Amino acid sequence: MDDFVLRALAAGLGLAAIAGPLGSFVLWRRMAFFGDALAHSALLGVALGFLLHVDVNLGMVAMCVAFALALTGLLARSRLAPDTLLSISAFTALSAGLVVLSFLDTVRVDLIGYLFGDLLAVSPSDLVWIWGGALVALAGLAVIWRPLLATTVHADLAAVEGTRVGQVRLCFVLLLALVVAVAAKIVGALLVTALLIVPAAAARRFARSPEQMAVGAATVGALAVAGGLGASLLLDTPSGPSVVLTASLLFALSLL
Amino acid sequence: MTSLLEARGLAKSYDARAVLSDVDIAVAQGEIVTLIGPNGAGKTVLLRILLGLEAADAGRVERKPGLTIGYMPQKIEIDANLPLSVARFVGLAGRYTKTQIADALAETGIAARREAPIQALSGGEFQRALLARALLRRPQLLVLDEPAQGVDVTGQDALYDLLARVVARHGCGVLLVSHDLHLVMARADRVVCLNGHVCCTGKPAALGDDPAFAALFGARGAASVAVYRHRHDHEHAVCADPAHDHGPHGHRHG
Repeated sequence: MDDFVLRALAAGLGLAAIAGPLGSFVLWRRMAFFGDALAHSALLGVALGFLLHVDVNLGMVAMCVAFALALTGLLARSRLAPDTLLSISAFTALSAGLVVLSFLDTVRVDLIGYLFGDLLAVSPSDLVWIWGGALVALAGLAVIWRPLLATTVHADLAAVEGTRVGQVRLCFVLLLALVVAVAAKIVGALLVTALLIVPAAAARRFARSPEQMAVGAATVGALAVAGGLGASLLLDTPSGPSVVLTASLLFALSLL
Repeated sequence: MTSLLEARGLAKSYDARAVLSDVDIAVAQGEIVTLIGPNGAGKTVLLRILLGLEAADAGRVERKPGLTIGYMPQKIEIDANLPLSVARFVGLAGRYTKTQIADALAETGIAARREAPIQALSGGEFQRALLARALLRRPQLLVLDEPAQGVDVTGQDALYDLLARVVARHGCGVLLVSHDLHLVMARADRVVCLNGHVCCTGKPAALGDDPAFAALFGARGAASVAVYRHRHDHEHAVCADPAHDHGPHGHRHG
């Protein structure tokens, strides 16, 4: 197999390994919309990266983290319904990203790639970012697993029992921002949330414990990456959407 | 008696609307204190302040050093997408062994449901699971927010019996919020009526004669107390502390 195919597979599998467990929590905490809003800010990170001459991957991570912190603060204070606030923020960030990119006359940006992902364009340095991000996020999630689960089930009860609910939530949001930024490169800003949600939803029916669901979701994600990549090569279809479609197919099968 | 928890002069407002003002409340070791009051009286806010979940605008809360609190919150909705067994839910209270969890489930009478998904429990079973989780912590103080909510009538009696037995066995203090005057009157050592401020407080039977209590709960509330007086002699065997001081009211039949 060609190098770029192996890199694509390695990148996709690294992402699936963290997107499964993290996506399970996104599902349980009903934060799909939050994750989606974060992903919409990734393009602005790309634009600012070019503008300030820093690494684009770094720009995306920094932007997603800053956006996540700002959103968390806004959600805690705002009187708007959360989905209203998240929608406004998401589209503002996406449009700001597109407008800033239009100012950069000298830079040619593969817009379709950033919006819908291009697994086959993963470079060796991207691969380092992806696996580095995935391993950091997996380790972080392992550390906060029990308190995060208690907080997810009932935050007040967990707080009375001594869990530092605020800190645990903050850690989770930071991990989510990191993974969304890393994943945006592969499946694109508009499809990131699918990689978090669909494999976790597909694993739900077969899981008897939170841990089984997390591992199951990672497995479904890995199958979706392999299947989607294969289809993309065979049928010459775009890789990001092909991976998501394969995941959706697996989800549909899980319902049978 | 030593106080487990004592609050003085608590005040809280939201958007310049005072929800609590100048509230004093205390729970002593082994004492059952019931908090009653109409909707919007600030019962839940008071509980949240006492539990440390929310800060008061004024006043202070003192806890006995090292106080362990077992908490049964009012309503819990657990996402259907979360695969969680009853035993696992109870074990989320902290780091406990399987035996400790099994013992807690047995004590509250739902050992047979330990592997069931938590979302499959009935209202009464779920309250028992919550109680098991609270007891796992060996609490010195149990804080119960409407524990009979979502439980059918026969289940409510059984649940309150269980609570009384558990409290007697563990010797813990209890702070209970309840709408159900009838049951409240039968079990409490002391009742605190709240309506933004503490309207009245005292032994259950004495409250029926208190004009503030009558104003808050009307004729039916006062009638609950009357019923309680008649039935009291037969019911106090299930009270947490059989030796507690009944005062003169036990012999009056209003």
